[in-house]
Amino acid sequence: MDVLSLPLLSLILFVPSIAALVMLFFPAQQVKLIRWTAFLSSLIPFGLSLVLWFNFDPNQPGHQFVEKYVWYEAIGSSVHLGVDGLSLTMVLLTTLLTPLAILASFSITDRVKAYMILFLFLETGMLGVFLALDLLIFFVFWEIGLVPMYFLINQWGSANRNYASIKFMIYTMAGSLGLLLGIQLLGVLFRTFDLQIIVTEWNNVEGLLLGLPVETVKRVIFWAFVVAFAIKVPVWPFHTWLPDAHTEAPTAGSMILAGVLLKLGAYGFLRLVLPLYPQQAQEYAGALAFLAVAAIVFGAFAAYGQTDFKRLVAYSSVNHMGFVLLGIAAAAKATGTLDANIALNGAVLQMFNHGLSAAGMFFLVGVIYERAHTRNLKDFGGIFPIVPVYGSILIFTSMASLGLPGLAGFVSEFLVVRGAWPILTVYTAVAMLGLLFTGAYVLKAIREVLHGPLNEHWAHGDHRLSDIYPREVLVMAPLMVLLLWIGVYPVWILDVINKAMNMLF
Amino acid sequence: MATETLIWLLPLPPLLAFFLIVVFTNQNKGLSHTLAVGAVALSWLGSMMVFVRALGVEHLGEHPFEMSFPWLPTGETWLRIGVLVDPLGAATLFFVAWTILMIFLYSIGYHNYGQPAGDHDHPGLPPHGATVTDERGHKHVVPSVEPMYSRFFAFLGLFAFGMYLLVVSDNLLTFFVGWEIMGLCSYLLIGFWYGKPSARDAAVKAFMTTRIGDMFMLIGIAFLYSATGTLTFREIFTEKVLHALEATPTPILGLSAAGLIAVLLFIGTIGKSAQWPLHVWLPDAMEGPTPVSAMIHAATMVSAGVYAVLRMFPLLSLDSGAMAIVTFIGTFTALFAATIAVAQNDIKRVLAYSTISQLGFMIAALGIGAYVAAAFHLITHAFFKALLFLGSGSVIHGMEHGVLHTGNHHMDPQDMFNMGGLRKRMPITFWTFLIGGFALAGFPLVTAGFWSKDEILADAWAHHHYIVFITLAVAAFLTAFYTMRQITLVFLGEPRTEEARHAQETPWTMTIPLIVLSVFAVGYGWVGIPEKFPLIGGLLPNWFHDFVGHTLPEVPKAPEFSWVPLLTSFGVALGGLLLGWLVYRNVKSPAEDPLQLPVLKNKWYFDEAYGFLFVRPSYWLAEVLVYRWIDQSVIDGILHFSAQATQWLGDRIRYYIDVWIVNGFGDLVGYGTQKAGRKMTPIQTGRIQQYMISAILAFLLVSVVLFIFFQMAA
Repeated sequence: MDVLSLPLLSLILFVPSIAALVMLFFPAQQVKLIRWTAFLSSLIPFGLSLVLWFNFDPNQPGHQFVEKYVWYEAIGSSVHLGVDGLSLTMVLLTTLLTPLAILASFSITDRVKAYMILFLFLETGMLGVFLALDLLIFFVFWEIGLVPMYFLINQWGSANRNYASIKFMIYTMAGSLGLLLGIQLLGVLFRTFDLQIIVTEWNNVEGLLLGLPVETVKRVIFWAFVVAFAIKVPVWPFHTWLPDAHTEAPTAGSMILAGVLLKLGAYGFLRLVLPLYPQQAQEYAGALAFLAVAAIVFGAFAAYGQTDFKRLVAYSSVNHMGFVLLGIAAAAKATGTLDANIALNGAVLQMFNHGLSAAGMFFLVGVIYERAHTRNLKDFGGIFPIVPVYGSILIFTSMASLGLPGLAGFVSEFLVVRGAWPILTVYTAVAMLGLLFTGAYVLKAIREVLHGPLNEHWAHGDHRLSDIYPREVLVMAPLMVLLLWIGVYPVWILDVINKAMNMLF
Repeated sequence: MATETLIWLLPLPPLLAFFLIVVFTNQNKGLSHTLAVGAVALSWLGSMMVFVRALGVEHLGEHPFEMSFPWLPTGETWLRIGVLVDPLGAATLFFVAWTILMIFLYSIGYHNYGQPAGDHDHPGLPPHGATVTDERGHKHVVPSVEPMYSRFFAFLGLFAFGMYLLVVSDNLLTFFVGWEIMGLCSYLLIGFWYGKPSARDAAVKAFMTTRIGDMFMLIGIAFLYSATGTLTFREIFTEKVLHALEATPTPILGLSAAGLIAVLLFIGTIGKSAQWPLHVWLPDAMEGPTPVSAMIHAATMVSAGVYAVLRMFPLLSLDSGAMAIVTFIGTFTALFAATIAVAQNDIKRVLAYSTISQLGFMIAALGIGAYVAAAFHLITHAFFKALLFLGSGSVIHGMEHGVLHTGNHHMDPQDMFNMGGLRKRMPITFWTFLIGGFALAGFPLVTAGFWSKDEILADAWAHHHYIVFITLAVAAFLTAFYTMRQITLVFLGEPRTEEARHAQETPWTMTIPLIVLSVFAVGYGWVGIPEKFPLIGGLLPNWFHDFVGHTLPEVPKAPEFSWVPLLTSFGVALGGLLLGWLVYRNVKSPAEDPLQLPVLKNKWYFDEAYGFLFVRPSYWLAEVLVYRWIDQSVIDGILHFSAQATQWLGDRIRYYIDVWIVNGFGDLVGYGTQKAGRKMTPIQTGRIQQYMISAILAFLLVSVVLFIFFQMAA
């Protein structure tokens, strides 16, 4: 049977959900069966994404593997799926991280069945956003993803989980309100929710709309979209839900939150904001750049000011995602130039790289938390001799997060800086302060956790920390290999991104 | 094999060794060091082959070995990366290969390979010695092997990779990659004994201080790349590109784009080569094991900083403003660091400050345009400073023997005032150290250091940079002085402690590298003797000037001969050495040392000032301002307020609308009916007669109403 003749995108999208539905009928005591079913069924979308990746033609403009099914004919919405270089990269990231996150969750013993089912639903939610070519479908998946994540934090999180999960849920939903209204307006206006049609027609609308000049309406909806996505990214000052949610979420939840969910926001900017509102984006590029630099600098400072290991890593996401927005702002300001193209390459690659390194960092925090039951940096220090393998992996991943040349983060950050420099010179220069403090907080983490005189508390008896298990190494190994590979030879992924950005903008 | 292919392969063996040791052989010490030393031996061999082939190429400057391939797609174009060996690269490759190989070999002995594991050693701390029992039942304490022996070689391998990569890069991007990998390795190696809080902190300090420079450098690279569309050296250094950069003004300090880019890149060098004001990390970096110090201070990292300026020299030299900045930093650092070095008592710290000072010489030389002299001093310095660091390591090792013998672990084996008279106990170390020290001091005619330092002074004099000339001459005098102070305190006179009396010469793996390096510390000077030099000039061709000078499109002219700088060189070297010996030959303790001034001992209080000005404010900014105030008070405050406001509003809506109006109306209907019903209960008496009367009354009432109604209607 020819794999390519299958409806690949639908399969990728719905296999996790189908597996979740099947697992509903599993007896809850069969923990092993449930774990392995979840893991193996999350590998199917990954395998199919690889098939996509190798059969994708980066030189062809527009979307590929397109599927379209009737859904809500009356209001002109259909299940319209497709991938281009941008969404394909994100699909690959999502389908890669989900099995790893599930593998990381094998240590969960409480209500395993519910946990795994939620996780698989979550995967469908995230993938739907990346695959959708219909605004309504986009929004539906955008919201669907929230529900499993809310329960994962609320039910399997740590001490302050109620506060964190509600903050996460309400904040994101509050942001989506404007998005929903904007989408409704577009839908009513064009009698369809099809993204491709809307993008072309929306840019040709002139005159009055709702009794107001089109430009004004566009400005208002532009900001509605921006706020929705900015909360998700999260952009300073909409970021305070993130340290709470990430810190309280279970390990695998944080991995997915940082690894994929944040990318949904950035993806929204690239897929919707820039194509739908090119003039407005250009007009407000300075404001976006300001927020991006604020995220970079304040994110780094806030991370440096933490005493909780996981919170430190959480804030590092604010810092790193700031570079994505900086690249987007630069591209918005100078669309079509080579500099913009380079900045966008950097932004998208940074999304992918941050997905790898942040997921890795959260997992490593989880590994030590599971053993020590504390995340307070002051409780650690001097555990390197006790957990040498863990320590080495932590240093490696931290360095990737720090943007060490030779590892993935450097390539993307360099491209963003290079692209943004001629367009947003002052902002880029200020962002360097953030990059400096990226070093400071990463070294602080290593210093406080690993280095220092041998920690007697964790060295003996009941408290003795065991080194990282093979299963845990297995979670880290693909991430580390990719971080190194992209750092040394990024062409395989950057070529796809570059061509997509070239054709999109 | 094609030379270009060979150049590609040069950095790889140490990298491979790194991965193999980390993943496979980390439990096997012998295999690990075999891999590491074997790998750098391969790289050494390849480098020598490249060097020899480079010698055979005519006009290597115009037709260097180069090869590149596309690496990063950027729009329709590609960023290419590749390798380049031009005369400067070849000369650098030569000294890098030699010093690295010697350092690797030396590390075997330094970390006590073949010795038993320590009694109480554990990873993260230096070995403390092991007790062994000989045939006659006597117990001895002998040096114990480093617990993280394999890891050390793995890190060294990665470090060597970084350096080779940097040297053979034909573009700034891979150059920067190598640069940063070395930064990481120096962090890992300075903090090698991470169990010591001082080492742990020194590692972070080194990384962060150099990162400040690196951030500027990154901006410089981005700037250069945006302005020219390329990062390949030879594409940047074309007439057209350089001219365009020179002609573009910038709003900063009146520099041209060329000057500003050069300064931004130079700030990277200030960090990496520990120039003032970013010099503070380097002395603390002495916390690392001694081969690391040699690696960082001689062969690799700090040399890389100077190499970067040499590489970017065509750009730098376009802007006199940028040149002035470079000159000032270099000259000031040369003197500034020398003043600190005279008051240090730790054998390695003296060398650390002397390194900063000597690097200042090179930077100053570049600032005044003495390109070849800077390159020459870079190379001779690399040899004699590697020799000195390895020699000091050998001394410390010998002293540790003494410590194990006496069992007095409170004695600092690095404090020079605990030494004395070691020339008898450690003759090879003594003689090689003497050679290195004299080279550093610039002992006339014999040592390499004399020739290179003299050339810098001659250049400064010939081009009328008199302030630079005088400052450097004073710094050179101080250099000779503290070098002799060191030699006198360590090797001459009588042992001042019991430990020094029982010091022991180190094994051959440590002494062979010393001997090899001392050959270069003397001999390398002979390849650069100026042709006009009295008596011996012209006996040997000034190969160095001719060879390295051809790196630049316009070969710089050797300075005119003048007696002033020559006599100055003689005077400051010999005078400094003599004074050092005279002052310190009878000094027994720090109390008798006339130069133990607090301001010098405390390094002009730079650490304290930086702590007050930068470090503590950063903590405050991070913990208090950004996190507690902005995030937790303001932003979350607004969030919580809006949450509470919403809740309040909800409460009001519930109370006034739901409870009062909606519920009120419903309740009114319900309760009202109920109430009315209750009120009516008295008439429900159950008597038929009453009901009948009510019915009749009602009938009458209705009849009357209907009657009136119809009457009116009619």
